[in-house]
Amino acid sequence: MQLSAFRTEVRSWLETNCPKSMRLPAVQDEVVWGGRNFQFKNPDSKIWLERMADKGWTCPTWPEEFGGGGLSKEESIVLSQELSRINARPALTSFGISMLGPVLLESASYEQKLEHIPKIVRGEIRWCQGYSEPGSGSDLASLATRALVDGDDYLINGSKVWTSYADKADWIFCLVRTDVEGPKHAGISFILFDMETSGVSTKPIQLISGSSPFCETFFDDVRVPAKNLVGGVNNGWAIAKRLLQHERTMISGFGLADSLNSDPDHASIMDKVEDAAMHYRGDSGRLSDPVLRDEIAQFKIDSEAFALTSQRSLEESKKGQGPTATSSMLKNYGCELNKRRYELLLQALGSCALGWEGSGFKSEELTVTREWLRSKANSIEGGTSEVQLNVIAKRVLGLPDILNMRKSRD
Amino acid sequence: MSLALNEDQELLQNSAKNFVAQNAPLGLLRQLRDTSNERGFDEKVWTQMVELGWTGIAIEDSFGGFDFGYVGLGVVLEETGRNLVSSPLIPSVLLGATAISYFGSDVQKKRLLPEVVKGQLLLALAGDELPIHSPNHIQTSATKVVGGYRLNGNKTFVLDGHVADKLVVVAKVDNGGVRSQGLSLFVVDKKAPGLDVQRTSMVDCRNCANLTLTDVHVEEENRLGSDIAANDSTSRFARVLDIGRIGVASEMLGSMQAAFDLTLEYLKQREQFGVLIGSFQGLQHRAAAMYSEIELCRSAVRGALFELDNPESSNDSVARIASMTKAKVSDVAKLVSNEAVQMHGGIGMTDEYDVGFYIKRARVAQQFLGDAAFHRDRYATLNSF
Repeated sequence: MQLSAFRTEVRSWLETNCPKSMRLPAVQDEVVWGGRNFQFKNPDSKIWLERMADKGWTCPTWPEEFGGGGLSKEESIVLSQELSRINARPALTSFGISMLGPVLLESASYEQKLEHIPKIVRGEIRWCQGYSEPGSGSDLASLATRALVDGDDYLINGSKVWTSYADKADWIFCLVRTDVEGPKHAGISFILFDMETSGVSTKPIQLISGSSPFCETFFDDVRVPAKNLVGGVNNGWAIAKRLLQHERTMISGFGLADSLNSDPDHASIMDKVEDAAMHYRGDSGRLSDPVLRDEIAQFKIDSEAFALTSQRSLEESKKGQGPTATSSMLKNYGCELNKRRYELLLQALGSCALGWEGSGFKSEELTVTREWLRSKANSIEGGTSEVQLNVIAKRVLGLPDILNMRKSRD
Repeated sequence: MSLALNEDQELLQNSAKNFVAQNAPLGLLRQLRDTSNERGFDEKVWTQMVELGWTGIAIEDSFGGFDFGYVGLGVVLEETGRNLVSSPLIPSVLLGATAISYFGSDVQKKRLLPEVVKGQLLLALAGDELPIHSPNHIQTSATKVVGGYRLNGNKTFVLDGHVADKLVVVAKVDNGGVRSQGLSLFVVDKKAPGLDVQRTSMVDCRNCANLTLTDVHVEEENRLGSDIAANDSTSRFARVLDIGRIGVASEMLGSMQAAFDLTLEYLKQREQFGVLIGSFQGLQHRAAAMYSEIELCRSAVRGALFELDNPESSNDSVARIASMTKAKVSDVAKLVSNEAVQMHGGIGMTDEYDVGFYIKRARVAQQFLGDAAFHRDRYATLNSF
């Protein structure tokens, strides 16, 4: 079909099918994560999800055979342009879409795709990520959660940490050790299982920001069918890294938050750091603190250049295939920008950004404080900034690995 | 808006890359310096650049150009930046011809621009009067006299002013003791009586000039933009400078990439403590950070060039992205050139090695048409804070 005809079709479909309330700015507690037990705060969200899922447009480029939209890259661009033209909210946000689905499509068996992909598209199953362990953070490949063959099953024992929303998830994609003999990277497998399986338990972790988006997850003799292993025994590391690229691309989006609305009905003074800084100083037209003014200009310039870089990287990756090593660069830079944004907001608001709870502070001020603390995790989760710089140095710049050099010397 | 080059633009970039690699090595600049070349650029390379049509890339076809747009000129400048090619491309084409395009009448453009395209006329733009870029500080006066104007004033940092056939001088018209608020541009012949051109050898081995104008007579026909209103003339001049800033940023991008590539190569061959120094995390992380910053510069430059060719752009939208880009690129040029010398260690301090040329050029280009602080201040003002 001609792109222009497709555009016309999309536009009229959206006109009819996108509920009016779904065209208002997104609100944090109305984000649709999907899953067995998901409670829709806004009934329109449910309708919007169902309609989009029926078209496969929650995952526009995934194959129709598995419930996806089957659109070409060009068509999916048209769709996203038309969605943003009417300010439509995302019908579904999930780790299934942004992380797991892409690697299942690349590496899973036909049966596995048939079982899992349609449920991701429809938001029926909410996934969580079992990667980090108490003893394996940046050195993820040293992970020790053990999966031992027992008949047609694996018996899994161990624990994971920093599992985002594990207490709300239905299934987990999990890295487990299936071999202890060879090099650490070569004994890892990628396996999927239901969080309701006997022996799985979770415990939320309270963060410095006061919120608990992460959990500790424990596996005590968890029995998982061997057919749930993806991509072959001991082949998990390649899949794990591929998935991390998708995760980093997702997290780098935080750096684009400069213009993100957090408040539904009216744009917030916090949306733009410079507006907040002038507001809390009673300035108009020009920010009176010249040092802060220069720092904010620097921040905004970097944000703009970063947004252009994300766009360019997207365009270039559409020419090639999937995310490239630049995802590490984007993740790293985007996180640092988001952290800078909150440090500047703190400077902008003075003591109004130092409250913890209760009266005396507006809720949007308390949000700044909490989000400032939360932002510190941006450069830790999904691989620390230091790990990203290692990846760039080795994979993009081709610099030698000191560990290998020392080994070959000894 | 897409940030990807189209096929023609990519072809142009590749042909520029090949030309520069084969015909204009960095050694040329060293040679120009060591022989105290009077022109300050290599005539043979310049003639070839003219033959390749680079002088007419951004000039309309009705005035002898090829109407290929600023993205085209930008990718060429990026490539010449790699080897620090010294040529009239920036002073005569990017600045001089652009000033004439924005201020001249059709008659004036028909008279001057085709000559620039053919390489038969070299221009230089004389704007700055202080050692710090201050486009609002124009004190050079043009007093109305019979048949023309009498120019008085001083100009500095006039790129290639010593070889230009004609100088495009920015001044304010004085009409019977009343100083205009607007700007006018005057095309002054290099041999005009009362014009003193003093060549200044700069640290980057390129050449600038200081001008002193004492009762220099300019014919009415050589005043550009006499019909342009005062407000409009200021914003048009800002647009000319913005095009210059974006073009210079394109060149800086090529130079910083080359300096970075040179450094990266060194990290992969120099051994200390029995291993390649590129294996040290202390250097790896700094290299990775530089790579990220250079990628941001590439996007900013690309976005700015596309905005120049965007038919829906406004003076404001161009001003914002020009200052954003020049600020960012200037900061990163400083970072990369400093790190390039440091990571090379002792050899980076030697004149024999090329890396020194990059740090010298970086500083001149950083200052030229406004440094990072100038553009951050302007960016903040343009964004109402």
